[in-house]
Amino acid sequence: MRERARVPLALLVPAGLGLAFLVLPLAGLLVRAPWGTLPQRLAEPGVLTALRLSLQTSTIATLFCVVLGVPLAWLLARVPFPGRRLVRALVTVPLVLPPVVGGVALLLVFGRRGLLGSWLDSTFGVTLPFTTTGVVLAEAFVAMPFLVIAVEGALRGADARYEEAAATLGAGRWTTFTHVTLPLVAPGVAAGAVLCWARALGEFGATITFAGNFPGRTQTMPLAVYLALETDLEAAIVLSLILLVVSVTILAALRDKWITSA
Amino acid sequence: MKIRAAALAALLLLTGCGGDDATDTGTGAGTATSAAVASVSGTVTVFAAASLTESFTQIGKDFEAANPEATVKFNFAGSSQLATQINEGAPADVFAAASAATMKTVTDADGADGTPVTFVKNQLVIAVPNGNPNGVKGLADLTKPGAKVALCAEQVPCGAAAKKALDTAGVKLTPVTLEQDVKAALSKVKLGEVDAALVYRTDVNAASSDVDGVEFPESAGAINDYPIAVLKESPNKAGAQAFVTFVQSEKAKAVLTAAGFQAP
Repeated sequence: MRERARVPLALLVPAGLGLAFLVLPLAGLLVRAPWGTLPQRLAEPGVLTALRLSLQTSTIATLFCVVLGVPLAWLLARVPFPGRRLVRALVTVPLVLPPVVGGVALLLVFGRRGLLGSWLDSTFGVTLPFTTTGVVLAEAFVAMPFLVIAVEGALRGADARYEEAAATLGAGRWTTFTHVTLPLVAPGVAAGAVLCWARALGEFGATITFAGNFPGRTQTMPLAVYLALETDLEAAIVLSLILLVVSVTILAALRDKWITSA
Repeated sequence: MKIRAAALAALLLLTGCGGDDATDTGTGAGTATSAAVASVSGTVTVFAAASLTESFTQIGKDFEAANPEATVKFNFAGSSQLATQINEGAPADVFAAASAATMKTVTDADGADGTPVTFVKNQLVIAVPNGNPNGVKGLADLTKPGAKVALCAEQVPCGAAAKKALDTAGVKLTPVTLEQDVKAALSKVKLGEVDAALVYRTDVNAASSDVDGVEFPESAGAINDYPIAVLKESPNKAGAQAFVTFVQSEKAKAVLTAAGFQAP
């Protein structure tokens, strides 16, 4: 009993250092926060506007990613096709691409002069940059790989025999997917969606490049933090704290509700 | 950003030490040719406003040519961001800001060594795509329905100047975006995403092949002073002072004027 309980020092020390490395910057924010003027700063109208916009856009971006990303993950995990390795590598491109570059790339495709954007503009009169839809697109572009990778991992880990059994009992691929596969990997989808949402919430580079910065329309919390940093460090700290508290609260609540119970 | 700054600082320390060693061992040879002006050595780290990118890069090269044992390293970014970095202890020798207000945040924090000197002034123009396809003649044209305009955010100097110019002109303008620095606003014009942006004349000069500048009278009421100062925490005060003096020399003035800056 005691033998099993003892944690090897070679694991405990790096684990502790890792935790400290992740948590210390948070402590830095807490130490420097202007606690005295916190209530007044929270009441500033721009803060709530940016927070609401951030929560809305990251949630819509996550839904968008789930609708497109889960089928994509299924395709990568279940259907062998030539070039699958390449496609899998391409899916992770937004992970390695600096977000600002992602924003420029989005402009080159969906911008007013972009490959698709110019067609959208001339045909429907729709332009995406500098709109809230643009924010959602930028966030989804950066966050979708997190979902796809998580769901694909869950699919590969799931026992394929359940699906085979469903198939032998006469279920088509779609029925198998909705009635067997999806319930089987639901925790993986939930975990991927949470990761995806968190990444979308913190998105900065692609958003400010593709969607610009305008209060109430495209200025999300990370953008507000960045601009506050230009003139007022304390305001930037307050905004960062709000974003942290809100996101950690939501993530913790979701974790208890979905991931552990599932 | 922070990591890069730290890496840069480590690198500067290394190269700085190298420079010192060279002067120590080379004093014999140095005295033989010391008829020339006493030159400085080591690394001079200059934090400069984004709008100074092109001209200061050239001035840095000229400075290194005049002081072969010195190296100039630049950190170009929005002035306010640089001021925050300096106030948080970033290792810098010289700060050149795009407005007196941003320099004040450093002097208020007791970060400058002596009083900052204004070395140039800069004026706003309307940047439009090459050939001015929409025929913009002044600020009033920017309020036409459907016109997309990028401004700098008010927190950065070019945004503060734009607000002042628009207020002076009595023009109410709703931009589609408030960009984080002047180069970002200009790049939105270059990419064709906006029809116009209010930027410095020097930025249009530097990007002359892609954009045209339209001068407007109200910009005279919103001219930005560019102050420069040696920093109190400077690890290379002699080098810093020499660079600040060099920026005010005739040679540097020629570079700045060619870039579109005005004499103070």
